[in-house]
Amino acid sequence: MEIFIAIAAVLGMATIFGAVLGFIAIKFRVEGNPIVDQIDSILPQTQCGQCGYPGCRPYAEAMANNDEAINHCPPGGEATIQELAELLGVEVIPLDQEHGEEQELPSVAYIREDECIGCTKCIQACPVDAILGAAKLMHTVIVDECTGCDLCVEPCPVDCIDMLPVAIEQNTWTWDKPAGVGESSVERIPVTNIQEAS
Amino acid sequence: MSRNTWKFHGGIHPPQNKQQSVSASIRQLPLPDKLILPLQQHIGAPGKVLVSVGDRVLKGQLLAQAKGFVSANLHAPSSGTVIDISDQPVQHPSGLPGKCIVIETDGKEQWCEIHPIDDYRQMDATQLLATINNAGIVGMGGAGFPSHVKIGTQQTISTLILNAVECEPYITSDDLLMRERAAEIIEGLQILAFILNPKEILVGIEDNKPEAIAAMRRAAQESTEANPGAPCAVTIVSVPTIYPSGGEKQIIQILTGKEVPSGGLPSDLGIVCHNTGTVHAIRNAVIEGKPLISRITTMTGNLVTDPGNIEVLLGTPVSHLLQHTRTSANQIHRLIMGGPMMGFSMRSTEIPIVKTSNCIIAADDQEFPDAPPEQPCIRCGACAEVCPAKLLPQQLFFYSKSKEIDKAKHYNLMDCIECGACSFVCPSQIPLVQYFRFGKGEVRKSKIETDKSDRARMRFEAHQERLEKEAAAKEEKRQQRAAANALKKEKQAKAKLEKEAAEAANPSTAASTAQESSNEPSNNDADEALETLKSNATKASKRYQQAKKALQMAEKNGADNIDKLREKILQLETKASDAKKALKEALPSPAKKIPAKSDATPNNTPKETDTSAVIAAATARVKVKKAQNALMAAEASDASQEVLEHLSTNLNTARTELEQHAPSEPTTGEAQ
Repeated sequence: MEIFIAIAAVLGMATIFGAVLGFIAIKFRVEGNPIVDQIDSILPQTQCGQCGYPGCRPYAEAMANNDEAINHCPPGGEATIQELAELLGVEVIPLDQEHGEEQELPSVAYIREDECIGCTKCIQACPVDAILGAAKLMHTVIVDECTGCDLCVEPCPVDCIDMLPVAIEQNTWTWDKPAGVGESSVERIPVTNIQEAS
Repeated sequence: MSRNTWKFHGGIHPPQNKQQSVSASIRQLPLPDKLILPLQQHIGAPGKVLVSVGDRVLKGQLLAQAKGFVSANLHAPSSGTVIDISDQPVQHPSGLPGKCIVIETDGKEQWCEIHPIDDYRQMDATQLLATINNAGIVGMGGAGFPSHVKIGTQQTISTLILNAVECEPYITSDDLLMRERAAEIIEGLQILAFILNPKEILVGIEDNKPEAIAAMRRAAQESTEANPGAPCAVTIVSVPTIYPSGGEKQIIQILTGKEVPSGGLPSDLGIVCHNTGTVHAIRNAVIEGKPLISRITTMTGNLVTDPGNIEVLLGTPVSHLLQHTRTSANQIHRLIMGGPMMGFSMRSTEIPIVKTSNCIIAADDQEFPDAPPEQPCIRCGACAEVCPAKLLPQQLFFYSKSKEIDKAKHYNLMDCIECGACSFVCPSQIPLVQYFRFGKGEVRKSKIETDKSDRARMRFEAHQERLEKEAAAKEEKRQQRAAANALKKEKQAKAKLEKEAAEAANPSTAASTAQESSNEPSNNDADEALETLKSNATKASKRYQQAKKALQMAEKNGADNIDKLREKILQLETKASDAKKALKEALPSPAKKIPAKSDATPNNTPKETDTSAVIAAATARVKVKKAQNALMAAEASDASQEVLEHLSTNLNTARTELEQHAPSEPTTGEAQ
């Protein structure tokens, strides 16, 4: 007899839990694949296409769905690869040089304005609409919005676009990392008691 | 008299080295030839330059105006001429140049118009705040935060604190200021109290400055006696000497026992804290109407023969100070601006004194030898014991070194006040503060990068959306056009079928139907035919014009194939006129058709026919004129007989045309 009670109890519990879980699955359903958003937030959003995908999100989708390698993003470089490896639980691999090399300094596009003929080709190429101008009028780059993706350089018929490294100014400067063990720090000022010393 | 004080966590007792510079009283230097004024002497946006090169400026004249809320005005410290506005070496630890206004002094020290306030108690608090704002006063303890922002807080202030601790070794500028100008400082405090209306005013002074404490107590006593109705009395509190009790959060904790929360402001606790020099500058701005153009700077270090405190004009190059304190500049191993704990090495002696320069130390390698090499961390935990911000410097060190920004942030790296206590006690000589500065820079950089990439993502998505919309709109238009075309074709096919059927049914009227159909095609067909005719006509005339031009060129250049060209032109002209004729024939048919078709709307149709007739007449007139001109030109240039004949026939046809359209016009009268 007891065995039936036990079975009934287990079945009853299974039914209740199943119902609850089923309800939750419908009620709190997550639309889309959240991992894509997480990967996308790690990528540098230059939209440069060096990975072979038309933008950062498509690459993120490829990583999430098609097991694309995580080392195809030169603008993100080593740091991005590390973050992606941590997120996706895969091993850190060096940057794939086929897709380009990591740049030391970030750069932005600069249009030599007196040479610009106003063809609007760069405006069409810019993935973030960071170039201003109209047909037959001079164009210029909104420096703050430029991601340094390089995509406007190639279409320019008169080669008037340069990629210039972003200059470090007082408000963007940061302290260097100390040299490390075995080296003495230049910036450190050791206070000694000169009264005692003399 | 004694008041309860609290203790903050940790702290150190570095050698004071203050006695070198306290023996002499505050003195002034001869006027330097050149004053270099960086636009960025404060936290916040640099000011907007109001002068240009060549301008003569007076002492106290506004040179750069504050841009935005967190910014400060800049005034000329002496009269003279602006000789340069350019990048100069400035007081930045990076050594990067900054934009400066350079003034060549004329030695006249001529003041601009100033507005001293006789009795500030008659003024409005907002007016006083504006006065302080206009005077360009910033926190003079070292941070350079614009003072009007702190004073203009919207929160209710219960405690006003004067930070007269001056805990950093070597610096004695506040000490001397209190000894010599205590009454003025108290006056400044009363002004601030008048604006902020606090319940109490506390002055925290370290107990290693007994003279300053005594002077301030005396001044406070006198002030209370002189103004019995003053809003509240000033309490002088002697606090134990420990570094870094002069930190804003630390002095607040010592005097009130309250801790300013991480990321919070003292005003959240109802506290406003100001430095001695700042309060003195506020007093000068209000009582004397003088903007902030000078400050007290300590000149010390074992290379300085005459150490002491100097009231120095802002913009004075450090080299001027070195020269007038008889410093052996060539032996300098380290030239430090600020104290030895939180200051930084200067790379040039031409760097000017700014609003925040409280101390210059010129030291040889005996006083400040090179730091011993860094050793590995032995995890002794001494740093955590002395950290006044209760952080774990060891953890922060590991995470900063390995650039693990998230973890460093989790351990509150951004709450580090960079006091240097941890570096001071570290037995392994690890430059911890340098690591934290580096780590903080990385945190800021990563924040900027994240912000930028978020913005780029938004812009990219907007860009994609726009492209998609454009593509969709195009596709829609294309489909509409395709549908219209299909409809037309269907109609045509139907008409054809009907016609064929009719022909089959009544072959005798076939010819007339054909005639009719050519005269009265469906509206669409007529329009289309007209369009093609028009385009043909324009094309033909264009070609004719081009050929004419070519002929002219050829005639000019004396080419061999002129005859051939002429022939071609003739051909083209006939073609053009043919096309025009065809167009003309086609044109009247719808015009004729309209009145027949639309009897119901008589108001509109006559007008329409009128306009078309007028247009036709006008075109004919133009043609006549053109033909006349061409003929005349041809005659003038001795063209061949053939061409002349052709042109005259052209003219005649044009005339007949004009007569057709406007018979009343005199066509021959003006000819030739």
